[in-house]
Amino acid sequence: MSTDTPMRTQARTGMAYGKRPPARRALRFRFGRATIRVLITLLLLVEILPMIWMFLTSLKSNSDYLDNSAWSLPRHWLWSNYSTAWTTGHIGLYIRNSALAVFPSLTLLLLLGTAAGFALQIMVWKGRNITLLVFLAGLMVPVQMILLPLFTVYFQAGLSSTLWPLILTYTGSNLPLTVFMMSTFYKAIPREMFEAATLDGAGILRSFWSISVPMVRNAILTVGLVEFFFIWNDLLVALTFTNNQNLSTIQVGLLNFTGQFGSTQYGPLFAAICINVFGTLLIYLFLNQKIMKGLTGGAVKG
Amino acid sequence: MHRVLGDRRAVAILLGPALLVYSLIMLVPMIWSVGYSFTKGNTIQGFTWNGFANFSRLWSDPNAHQALWFTLKYAVVVTVGQVLVGYLLALLYVFFLKRASALVRTLVFFPMVLPTVAVGLLFKALFQIAPQYGPVNQLLVDVGLHPIDWFSSSSTAFIVLIIMDVWRSMGFYAVLLYAGLVDIPDDLLESARLDGASGLRLVRHIVLPLSFPVLMSSLIFSINGTLKVFDSIVALTNGGPGSGTTPLTLQMFNTAFDYGDYGYGSAIAFLLTVVCLLVTLVIFRVSRRDLTKG
Repeated sequence: MSTDTPMRTQARTGMAYGKRPPARRALRFRFGRATIRVLITLLLLVEILPMIWMFLTSLKSNSDYLDNSAWSLPRHWLWSNYSTAWTTGHIGLYIRNSALAVFPSLTLLLLLGTAAGFALQIMVWKGRNITLLVFLAGLMVPVQMILLPLFTVYFQAGLSSTLWPLILTYTGSNLPLTVFMMSTFYKAIPREMFEAATLDGAGILRSFWSISVPMVRNAILTVGLVEFFFIWNDLLVALTFTNNQNLSTIQVGLLNFTGQFGSTQYGPLFAAICINVFGTLLIYLFLNQKIMKGLTGGAVKG
Repeated sequence: MHRVLGDRRAVAILLGPALLVYSLIMLVPMIWSVGYSFTKGNTIQGFTWNGFANFSRLWSDPNAHQALWFTLKYAVVVTVGQVLVGYLLALLYVFFLKRASALVRTLVFFPMVLPTVAVGLLFKALFQIAPQYGPVNQLLVDVGLHPIDWFSSSSTAFIVLIIMDVWRSMGFYAVLLYAGLVDIPDDLLESARLDGASGLRLVRHIVLPLSFPVLMSSLIFSINGTLKVFDSIVALTNGGPGSGTTPLTLQMFNTAFDYGDYGYGSAIAFLLTVVCLLVTLVIFRVSRRDLTKG
């Protein structure tokens, strides 16, 4: 956003003097500026109002929630709903489980994906195009296709009561996108760079680690963010492989939160949803441009 | 030179681990799963050969037909909704907000990163009728209308589902399509305007054809994602009422884990995979043909 600020002010002052860029004016409908303003306001309300409502509801007591209109403000701001959700509702435990599953898979994914991207895009060997295609095929196949055999294997290997099934499945099922995105980034680096390094006496593995990895550092961060959101927000894999409440990830825990408290504790339920939502929003607050670029970049090619 | 960049041992070291993990977690289980679809049983009870019985059951099972129909209906409606609203937003960003659109773009995009489960639970509460009217029903009552029990019939539950998914991802498709629209050269629009095109005609004849490729990739991506929908439906309706909003993904999950029938579950997963491949292929063919035409 910061890079756009000077341009934004420029556009504003331009408009103030009635000097809009002529070409863009080509597409003026018979809408007034006011109509557009109203549209934008409505749009932002639709996006943000549910968030505000959710937050306010998370501070209500049960009787406040049940007796008063859904649009009313909380009578007392009951912050203790958050501590109830965290401890009695086990949200703390679920977040720990999620972190223990997500970060090892992310590390593995980025290591494997960066190395594979280099081997597929920079190195020259027969069959690299077909190998890339084999990886790409994985983008289309639904996860449902691999769940049952993996369940059998994990069960027979005695991994059912650990987080390993999640780590392994997340790593494997997200490799296609990671490899694909990494090799797209490597495409932008000229191969001559590595030929020069070879002339200077660097081995290929050395070139990979000391030259290419620093060059795609930004890309690794972008891919890491994209995969983080995919894995953190996953429900299907987590629901399949964790049958024990102590291993539940945040998404599974949240889904079962309703059942656990029956229909009585609304405040803590909304507090739990808020913790989950505002956690990801916090990351988005700081890295939104990178996240938007990464998610859309992973999409066009997908 | 090429001896170094073509060093087979280095390729093996760099690519080997990824290929190994990918094969073990994805490729082998895929083939294995096809094998399962010819059996009956599950991990605990063991498997017995079942021939083509699962597939003939799939052919005549009304629940499977309903799930397939729902999956297709959901995918088409949500895809059209997401891409259409996204396109309108992108037009708004490019032609009305211009450079001031960065903030709006960022704000409208954010629901995309939210956990689907949280969004599903939130929308369930927004549209609920009991034990307390949710904000939507409260609004209906306040303006003098009757509240609606959204989740009691599959058609109204479907509407909430569509609203939720469009709400969640319109900002994403807007940014995706925006990238295609800003690439349209200014002089092209200007010359079209000088030739007398304006407003909708300009969109129809200049903007739409020029943004066709990015529109197509949005469609492919959207349909690919929506055919595999699972999280948002589980969180919002859990397939209900009855099995009125159950897509193939959820039916597969229930068949395998609630009824312990891995064989039939695998057959459903296989059907889903075939549907995904077919639909992507069809869109790809159609978009190719149109591109050469226009």
